[in-house]
Amino acid sequence: MTDDVNKNSSPLLSVRDLTVSFRTAQGPVRVVRNLDFDVPRGGALGIVGESGSGKSMTSLSIMGLLPKGGTATGSVRFDGTELLGLAEREMRGVRGDRIAMIFQDPLSSLNPYYKVGTQIAEAYLSHRSGVSRKQARSVAIEAMERVHIRDAARRVDHYPHQFSGGMRQRIMIAMALSMEPDLIIADEPTTALDVTVQAQILDLLSEIRQETGAGLILITHDLAVVSEVTDEIVVMREGVAVERGQVEQVFSDPQADYTRRLLDAVPRIDDEIGLMRTTDILIPSERRSVR
Amino acid sequence: MIRIAGSRLLGMIIVLFLVTLFTYAIFFLLSADPAVQICGKNCTPERIEQIRLNLGLDQPFWTQFWGYVGGLFTGRTFMVAGASVECAAPCLGYSFQTSQLVGDMIVQRLPITATIAIGAAVLWLLGGVVAGVLSAVKEGKFLDRFFAGLTLGSMSIPNYVLALALQFIFVVALGWLPFPQAVKFSDDPVQWFLNFILPWIVLAVGYAAVYTRLTRANVIDTLQENYVRTARAKGLQPGLVWRRHALRPALTPIVTIFGMDVAGLLGGAVITETVFGLNGVGKLTADSITANDQPVIMAVTLLSAFFVIVGNMVVDLLYTAIDPRVRTGASA
Repeated sequence: MTDDVNKNSSPLLSVRDLTVSFRTAQGPVRVVRNLDFDVPRGGALGIVGESGSGKSMTSLSIMGLLPKGGTATGSVRFDGTELLGLAEREMRGVRGDRIAMIFQDPLSSLNPYYKVGTQIAEAYLSHRSGVSRKQARSVAIEAMERVHIRDAARRVDHYPHQFSGGMRQRIMIAMALSMEPDLIIADEPTTALDVTVQAQILDLLSEIRQETGAGLILITHDLAVVSEVTDEIVVMREGVAVERGQVEQVFSDPQADYTRRLLDAVPRIDDEIGLMRTTDILIPSERRSVR
Repeated sequence: MIRIAGSRLLGMIIVLFLVTLFTYAIFFLLSADPAVQICGKNCTPERIEQIRLNLGLDQPFWTQFWGYVGGLFTGRTFMVAGASVECAAPCLGYSFQTSQLVGDMIVQRLPITATIAIGAAVLWLLGGVVAGVLSAVKEGKFLDRFFAGLTLGSMSIPNYVLALALQFIFVVALGWLPFPQAVKFSDDPVQWFLNFILPWIVLAVGYAAVYTRLTRANVIDTLQENYVRTARAKGLQPGLVWRRHALRPALTPIVTIFGMDVAGLLGGAVITETVFGLNGVGKLTADSITANDQPVIMAVTLLSAFFVIVGNMVVDLLYTAIDPRVRTGASA
């Protein structure tokens, strides 16, 4: 009984001291170091950083999908269960069903050989025993309707290449939400898309969150994206969290020097001229070569 | 779909026509005089002239060529030693050396060649794909290295060396296989099977090595694809991830090459048939080149071209069926 109470008051996802390292010929390289963050139930967290800052590796280690040679240590507690070191079989029950992931490039993330309906439905067929293909198909159609794909009953039989970039990302989101997950991890979901389409996808993510009450981790290099969707933010640099806090607070009063420079690099409408400050935020090794 | 098939068919007819034209031209220009060959030892210039007239060899190139092409569609009649020989369409010519219609010679031998080609194809497809997938699964491990060595060896060893070595080992030294005898499948299936097992293996080994490498590379590439990661992120069982998201995309290109290879072999496995003394189209080719039996060489060349072109077309059509991007590409 007390356990249940604890379960409900504790955060949905609690990451403590997460360190991800890769074996290389030059010895182990730690791409994420001592990372801590929480995602409250129904909350939205933004992880921001340049490419190479370790944000994608963070999400893959939560899913237990690190590439070959990578290991994660520390603690990832999801709804009371420790995910690091969980048996592959049990981890499979979490993936897709309770934690779903949306990737950056929707074209390459969808298998060109199968209809989108099949690809949405296969998670449902895998995780729910004793369901018919017909049921799974209607789940797929319903999911496509929820991400506002018109004529879903017909489009369910189309192949990925028959959709536009934005529509493909909607398919990926439909795939993620079809299982009613507790947590959605979106890794650069708008990076491969046009600016106008980006806004639509972000609106959709916010809408889905409100509808389903799912927690969200939004990983991006784009501060503007984070400010629109999430409540809290972690700024990462070279595998380390350099700043964390509420979005408004971080935007109005950044504590870390790095965050300030990141914010300066975002073009604003009240800027005199869009001064390029990108050299300031390059990682140290690159900056040296710029000088 | 019908439009694709139609344009392919037209292309196929044009290519076949050009192959016929060039082959005929080569033999017309290079050939020793067939009349001299037919005439034999006790020959007089008058007899040679008579034969030339009978065969139409005095006619200009285009007349002879259209006569040949016409024979393919409507059949023709040959005057041989004063008698007329009827050659029904598709008439591939008459072999004066063996006194047989070329078409009949090929039809007799085609089943043997087809048996060798198809049996070997089954072996190399299964062997190559299985070894390739296993190599990809165990990338960098012992099994992968083992298959890498095996494929290198298989590709390096010439067919005829392997054939003789296997014959010596399994027939002569160990006696596990009987000496080959000419039997029909319907008469003695066991002996028939044992006759063919070594030719199948010898022919399949080289191809299997290529298919192993190809499959391994394709599977390893596909496993890097983002959609495989998506499938894992969905929590699918590993078997399903493999079957649906790794193997299907990885093996589709194999279909193309397989179709072409089998088609190419139907034109005759020259070395394997000759070494094993199997009387197929390949052996016929070797024999007629040795004897300079031009109508036969000409016909075998055309037959090979025909199989390759048809094989190409079948593969193209098959591809539109198995790859949705080709099938519905225009409507994207």
